[in-house]
Amino acid sequence: MEPSTYTQGIVQEACRRFGNDAHRMMDILWEVQDRLGCIDGQAMECIAAETGSYRVEVEGVVTFYAFFATTPQGQFIIRICEDIIDRHAGVEEIRAAFEKTLGIAVGQTTNDGLFSLHLTPCIGMCDQAPAVLINDLVVTGLTPGKVSKIVSTLKKSRNLNDIKPQSKGGLFKPGEGNNQHPLIRSMVKNNIRLAGEILLNTYSPEAGLAGALQQTPAEVVEMILASGLRGRGGAGFSTGRKWQMAAATEAEERYVICNADEGEPGTFKDRVLLTEKADLLFEGMTIAAYAVGARHGILYLRGEYRYLRPYLEHCLEERRKKGLLGANIGKTVGGQYDGEFDIRIQIGAGAYICGEESSLISSCEGRRGEPKNRPPYPVQSGYLGYPTVVNNVETLCNVPRILEKGISWFRSIGTSESAGTKLHSVSGDCSRPGIYELPMGCTVQELLDLAGAKDSACVQVGGASGDMIGRTEFGRRLCFEDLPTAGAFMSFTQTRNILEIVDYYMHFFIEESCGYCTPCRVGNVFMKKGLEKIIQGQGEPSDLEYLKDLGKTIIETSRCGLGHTSPKPILTSMKHFPLVYAALLKERPDGLQAGFNIQHALDESRIIAKRRSLIYDPDYSKSEKAD
Amino acid sequence: MTKNSVAPDQDTLQFTVDGEVFSAKKGLSIMDACDAAGVYVPRLCDSDGLVPQGSCRVCSVKQNGRTVAACTQPLEDGAVIENESLEIKNYRRDLVRMLFHEGNHLCPICEASGRCELQAMAYRLGISQATKYPYLQPVRPVDASHPDIALDNNRCILCGRCIRASRDVDGKNVFEYVGRGIHKRIGVNADCLANTDASIDDYAMSLDVCPVGCIIRKGEGFFAPIGERQFDHGPIGSEIQHPDSRLIPVKQYDPREDS
Repeated sequence: MEPSTYTQGIVQEACRRFGNDAHRMMDILWEVQDRLGCIDGQAMECIAAETGSYRVEVEGVVTFYAFFATTPQGQFIIRICEDIIDRHAGVEEIRAAFEKTLGIAVGQTTNDGLFSLHLTPCIGMCDQAPAVLINDLVVTGLTPGKVSKIVSTLKKSRNLNDIKPQSKGGLFKPGEGNNQHPLIRSMVKNNIRLAGEILLNTYSPEAGLAGALQQTPAEVVEMILASGLRGRGGAGFSTGRKWQMAAATEAEERYVICNADEGEPGTFKDRVLLTEKADLLFEGMTIAAYAVGARHGILYLRGEYRYLRPYLEHCLEERRKKGLLGANIGKTVGGQYDGEFDIRIQIGAGAYICGEESSLISSCEGRRGEPKNRPPYPVQSGYLGYPTVVNNVETLCNVPRILEKGISWFRSIGTSESAGTKLHSVSGDCSRPGIYELPMGCTVQELLDLAGAKDSACVQVGGASGDMIGRTEFGRRLCFEDLPTAGAFMSFTQTRNILEIVDYYMHFFIEESCGYCTPCRVGNVFMKKGLEKIIQGQGEPSDLEYLKDLGKTIIETSRCGLGHTSPKPILTSMKHFPLVYAALLKERPDGLQAGFNIQHALDESRIIAKRRSLIYDPDYSKSEKAD
Repeated sequence: MTKNSVAPDQDTLQFTVDGEVFSAKKGLSIMDACDAAGVYVPRLCDSDGLVPQGSCRVCSVKQNGRTVAACTQPLEDGAVIENESLEIKNYRRDLVRMLFHEGNHLCPICEASGRCELQAMAYRLGISQATKYPYLQPVRPVDASHPDIALDNNRCILCGRCIRASRDVDGKNVFEYVGRGIHKRIGVNADCLANTDASIDDYAMSLDVCPVGCIIRKGEGFFAPIGERQFDHGPIGSEIQHPDSRLIPVKQYDPREDS
């Protein structure tokens, strides 16, 4: 079928804006979807023709990302955050309210083409749950009452601006700080509860960059190495070492990528840094570029944070005007450097796996966000085959501060193996959820006390891929030597059902597995089914061994970090909360499999045979007559 | 350093597999080195002549204590490889079982039976009875639109051999992965196979490529009688394994080993 000229026109325009470059597929798809409402077969064919790729390749990318649709979507796409924190905050009522007022179920679009309703994993608003995304707009602290107001306003005006927060009147109030910036204008709150010395404190802008340009690139690398700075995304790899390896690889080009794909459930610290410390981040990226010899930078911003894009683009533009990006950066801050560096923003589209650095690079290259084989490592061969440094937002924000204040100052904060501070995104059952910047090595209990989490019985440290710990472990220290964390910290009281939390996380990993390798794609589904059996009261003691064995196979044989951690919710909760499981397991005296339900199994046969079971239905003779 | 000073053994490296010492050319993957040494590493997504991708993970081995995919992992000098340890065998069994349970693999009615690599791998690994996992019983669409080829996606194990064969050998890109996670499947470069430039003469459609019964060559079913099918003659891997190999290729399944 020939594509309509309308579709063709829009696709051509979108593709041309990005130089008909298949590596800019993500940008092209966003633009096409924004204008056509979806990316259907016709659009895929046109995009393939314009970018010199195959239709099925385009389809492969479109169907990889949750935010891209192949069927027509409403003008307003509502994505309800279904994270466990939002569930505890009453998201079921919010969902019911949307379904009732819109007259559609999740996954559907209203007949008038105005609204589509979807569920989505953590959107980084756990400290102000329940929250939803309406297109790019974030709405937090929702109640069923507000839901009907939102829907009636949008139905009447068909303009998203009408539900944007306003300082006077209006449905919602703007958040604090830069959330009030005209280019953000969001009701999102920063909730900075404790500003530490390094990241959330005041600092001298560009002092770090000026300091860096006084030194040779190798000296800057040496300094970051000596500072002991380690990646804040969770893995804790030495930042200086990463830079050193990228700088040491012979290449014509090098890239610096900032990983702002903050997808770990319960994490939202990067959102606050991007809102309040964007210049510090860009300064850090510039220093990294100088140190490794990169001319190009990419900020990979998760699709959920698209509302921050106009503001971040504005910050970049201001830096270009000031001479802090582009050519002659050195002149501006008084150094000798005559190299150039610029940054572009790459928007993600709803894929947790893209937080993994090689998947993130695949996504930047316009492909399915699947991890790459290692070796080669990104520092050897990353974006388009060039040596690439991928650092977390928080890691890069530390860099200018180290250059500004020196190694010994930085090392004096935190522990011997974990220098500096850590941002914690605290949510769940506590009176003061939000952001806490604390020296590395503070204990779980200290953070619980600060956050006003009085009766915490369980803390999920580091998000879904982290550890679920109980009271006896609250003395442990949050640092690389003891309990490493990417920044999520969710407190749960005794009233919460631990298995419900674990079950949700397994659901999350199944949804977010890229499906590349067998153990992660299939094994996680089996893990969840095994857990469901226990939750339904059909578990036997041997099921624990089954889950442990299966979990081990997944961890050992998976290809990337997702599969290396996905069984952890079950395995760590089994370890720290054995009684929760034991209470549900029973040994069957009859030797039958507990998971086997004869009535359930017979149902299908009854329908096919159009009669009941002679053996298992006591009223067999009666039912014969009734039929 | 001059060329003359290079000692002849500088291009080779030493490694052991399950305690036996071998040497190999530098720059090989673990699997290629093992193949050259006559040691068979079980595999499904890897096939001769195609770029390895490391997705099925059946070729998992331990290199110096770390579990890696032999097809994509470079062999290190002095590497200690575990290929047939109980731990590795159990991982492989779990992975093959996962593939069986993910799709609909009903060997007795499948045209590929006897030349199916998934089936042959199960036999080789000693899987011959019902396994512990639940069956996912997918209902994926069958594409029989093409005059000469049918695709039964319910038997697909996502090895991607057809993708690489079509792209790298045929230069066509008939196939590509679409979807994500457990919903991932093989898509075709049009709304259905008939509207692509796929041909029965493509390498991608040959019996060498699809390891299972997903790509079906119409009009050729059950061409080999029982007793003369590919794996009736010997277990999978026989062609690679050195005939004097001390490892017994097929081993009766022992449930005690599984625990």
